[in-house]
Amino acid sequence: MNIDLSRRGFLKLAGAGVAATSLGAMGFGEAEAAETAHVRAFKLTTTTETRNTCPYCSVACGIIMYSKGDVKVGEDADLIHIEGDVDHPTNRGTLCPKGAALKDFVKAPTRLTKPRYRAAGSNELVEISWDEALDKIARAVKDDRDANLVQFNEEGTPVNRWTTTGFLAASATTNETAWLTYKTVRSMGIVGFDNQARV
Amino acid sequence: MTNSWTDIKNTDLVIVMGGNAAEAHPCGFKWVTEAKAHRGARLIVVDPRYNRTAAVSDYYAPIRPGSDIVFLMGLIRWLIENDKVNREYVTNYTNATFLVKDEFGWSDGLFTGYDEEKRDFDRSSWDYKIGEDGFAQVDMTLSDPRCVWNLLKSHVDVYTPEFVEDICGTPKDKFLHICEMIGECSAPDKVMTSMYALGWTQHSKGAQNIRGMAMVQLILGNMGMPGGGMNALRGHSNIQGLTDIGLMSNLIPGYLNIPTEKEPDYATYMSTRNFKPLRPNQTSYWQNYPKFMVSFMKAMWGDAATAENDWAYHYLPKLDVPTYDAMRMFELMKQGHVNIYFFQGFNALLSFPNRAKMTEAFSKLKLMVVMDPLATETSHFWENHGIYNEVDPASIQTEVLELPTTCFAEDEGALVNSGRWLQWHWAGATPPGEAKYDTWIMAQIFLRVRKLYEEEGGVFPDPILNLTWDYANPDDPTPAELAREMNGRALQPVYDTTDPTKVLVEAGKQVLNFSQLRDDGSTMCACWIYSGSWNEDGNNMARRDNSDPSGIGIYANWTFAWPLNRRILYNRASADMQGRPWDPARALMTWNGERWESPDVPDISPTAKPGDVMPFIMNAEGTSRLFARGMMRDGPFPTHMEPFESPVANIFNPKMRGNPASRVFVDDAEQFATSEEFPLVATSYRLTEHFHYWTKHNPVNSTLQPQFFVEISEELAAEKGIANGSRVRVWSKRGEVWAKAVVTKRIRPLTVRGKTVHVVGIPLHWGFMGAARKGFGPNSLTPVVGDANVETPEFKAFLVNVEPAEEEPVA
Repeated sequence: MNIDLSRRGFLKLAGAGVAATSLGAMGFGEAEAAETAHVRAFKLTTTTETRNTCPYCSVACGIIMYSKGDVKVGEDADLIHIEGDVDHPTNRGTLCPKGAALKDFVKAPTRLTKPRYRAAGSNELVEISWDEALDKIARAVKDDRDANLVQFNEEGTPVNRWTTTGFLAASATTNETAWLTYKTVRSMGIVGFDNQARV
Repeated sequence: MTNSWTDIKNTDLVIVMGGNAAEAHPCGFKWVTEAKAHRGARLIVVDPRYNRTAAVSDYYAPIRPGSDIVFLMGLIRWLIENDKVNREYVTNYTNATFLVKDEFGWSDGLFTGYDEEKRDFDRSSWDYKIGEDGFAQVDMTLSDPRCVWNLLKSHVDVYTPEFVEDICGTPKDKFLHICEMIGECSAPDKVMTSMYALGWTQHSKGAQNIRGMAMVQLILGNMGMPGGGMNALRGHSNIQGLTDIGLMSNLIPGYLNIPTEKEPDYATYMSTRNFKPLRPNQTSYWQNYPKFMVSFMKAMWGDAATAENDWAYHYLPKLDVPTYDAMRMFELMKQGHVNIYFFQGFNALLSFPNRAKMTEAFSKLKLMVVMDPLATETSHFWENHGIYNEVDPASIQTEVLELPTTCFAEDEGALVNSGRWLQWHWAGATPPGEAKYDTWIMAQIFLRVRKLYEEEGGVFPDPILNLTWDYANPDDPTPAELAREMNGRALQPVYDTTDPTKVLVEAGKQVLNFSQLRDDGSTMCACWIYSGSWNEDGNNMARRDNSDPSGIGIYANWTFAWPLNRRILYNRASADMQGRPWDPARALMTWNGERWESPDVPDISPTAKPGDVMPFIMNAEGTSRLFARGMMRDGPFPTHMEPFESPVANIFNPKMRGNPASRVFVDDAEQFATSEEFPLVATSYRLTEHFHYWTKHNPVNSTLQPQFFVEISEELAAEKGIANGSRVRVWSKRGEVWAKAVVTKRIRPLTVRGKTVHVVGIPLHWGFMGAARKGFGPNSLTPVVGDANVETPEFKAFLVNVEPAEEEPVA
């Protein structure tokens, strides 16, 4: 083979994707090294792929999330890209204008990162530790329940209902969150209990 | 959905009424496009606006917001009059033949038994005649004047095409054209599907809108058919799941009920739940209620729930009102009767009607706890944002805790889509900062409250102290542990009912599905309809085999669908009385002489002979119901009711406002407007670039649709002197908003009872938090009143006024 072929010219012919392997197979060892040094690797080749579903409407399109790092092996993982899952029977890889921008929701500037507390009459939220926040909730819940649980109605029937504390559950949490929420709320006797399906 | 997104490809005709799927469910709507391209299916849209679904429809007709029942009853009248009826289906698979009590009737817009004082009906006459044999009486010839079919005929008689035009504003020729298109689907081999969403639910008679179309589908013989059914598109990714799991005031997981205080013990509670079949040979599957109930109580309280203590029946709260739904709770809150409220991923300040009332109510709380991935309007309700949130923080004494949660990308578990598919997903990102799983937060709240009861004692601590909590790490229950509880397991050996020596499930093993649940305490199961989702085969919700050997879009090995992995509900009704598919080209169920063959899971006992056992196995009749008996609070048939705020009086009864059975609180009633004060009809809706109030936190979507606007017709704009793109003020009796005006041909004035009615379109999606420009939601304007059956607020038809406003000063 007596071909005077510049690297750039070769790439034009062969296409970048197959260049490295073809060059190697044809014995262009030095060109291969030069090639590897110059072509930036495909961004997603070193990422972890995770299957998920879009959290917006209930078409529930399949999505593939691409992250740097793998949470399954205990690493920190940074989400860098989301695209439609081509294997999903419903959306077959497509996404709508919301789903296509899903990564921006995960990384929204207004994502909450720390528990915060607003005191009565205050004009600001201030950071608070999880322990402090949860203890405050538990204390308030116990005190309100002890003060206001209706154990018996006027006829003396046990009714065990608590109406002075209420709980609105979500629209996009998992079934598993829903069940644990149900257990907690019902065991306490809360009847003011609803979820987004109401509206 | 009775069917699934992928099943829509099997249809011949799609009607989108009460929704806008092309805009709000774009990737699901592609199956409509598929049916149009490959089956030659056609698409009808009936909507107040020529919306994005209408833009790709084959036929469009306008309708006045809140008049859908008139259209649907008019359609039923036309179908019956023109004999566009699947006779065999109607006679055998619906309650058309059932005889109704002689006392039942209808006049002046009201069914028998109305009590104006109570705003309620005595429903005792809305029922069947029961014969001496204990079964409901029927007339298979449909000639008895008291049979449901003849009562329905007389009920719809008033809804002529002229009447439809007069009340709905839908031109008669368009209405009749749609009737003819739909009528074709009464042929056994033609099928229509109905796709609807909040355009039907958010009315004071939303449930009756949906019943109206369900009746159409039964008359056409389209329920249970591939390409047919009633398909609720659903607005959020897991409101199906949260409702299935019973996160509502009056529910227990799997559509069981929280007792009322009129049911002081378990025996009384069960006495009205025996579900005795109303016709010979019928399944009446709810007869298994005790198995599901006892298994639920064992899931909650384990060894503390015993036969001797009525399965810990007294641990459950007992209701004194039908529900403590959110609108009742906010009314109580406004009156100062509520101290603490939790908002788990729910931006209530923008989601419930009359925002001024919401702010007033929140300001009366002692403690608000918000768990959310985002900084929402709800957790910032006390913060002043000028005209967008005009409050005085110093005067609001509510303490607020804002707790950061993970979102879908960071957690694991199942969400249930509109087609009832439980799709497991996996975490692929680390939570930001100190954001925590909702499961961890709930566990922490519970464990800390339990600890206080252990240490201090307190009022009736038993249901808290005895709640089962046998997780490997009590502080952080895993999704797998929780999912396995929902599937259920044997606590003691479960024996075969036909052979008591044979053990079906060893103690400690997961049950195969709900057929193995028992009412003797030997099984636990948190949510019976999910049983089968994580059995000894493993996590069936994680399955991802996308093969579809039948080619009709079943995808039986893709995740798990409740119940029992069944993809099309009522599928037995897709075959005739001999068990032959109505349409052999779309065969779903075929009787082979011994059993049912199907690519789907049969919705009937696999050996139930056609002709003996009717297809609607959950109903005591074995049939579906054109006549709903006393199961709906506002009538056994849908009847025309105006919205609470309407441009015209109810033609049947001018004194009747809205739904006569809707609950109305006094202060809210005083804020209902008349059309003299507020002449314009408003309706609310979504845009394709945004999801609810979430995506305005996202820079991409906030760039695509940056700013709040309202849509008005060219005629209304001319009348009011409003230029396209100018600023307008829109106000109702409850509040005001400012917006850009989009003057459009998509909305046209309608003529209703001789009067010109203008419609104002108000998209949601804006607030005062996030990346988009500050704006308003429709709930600044909407009235507080809900559907009589389910308390869903009337967001889709209310009265406003509009005027030009000064432009905002340029900063």
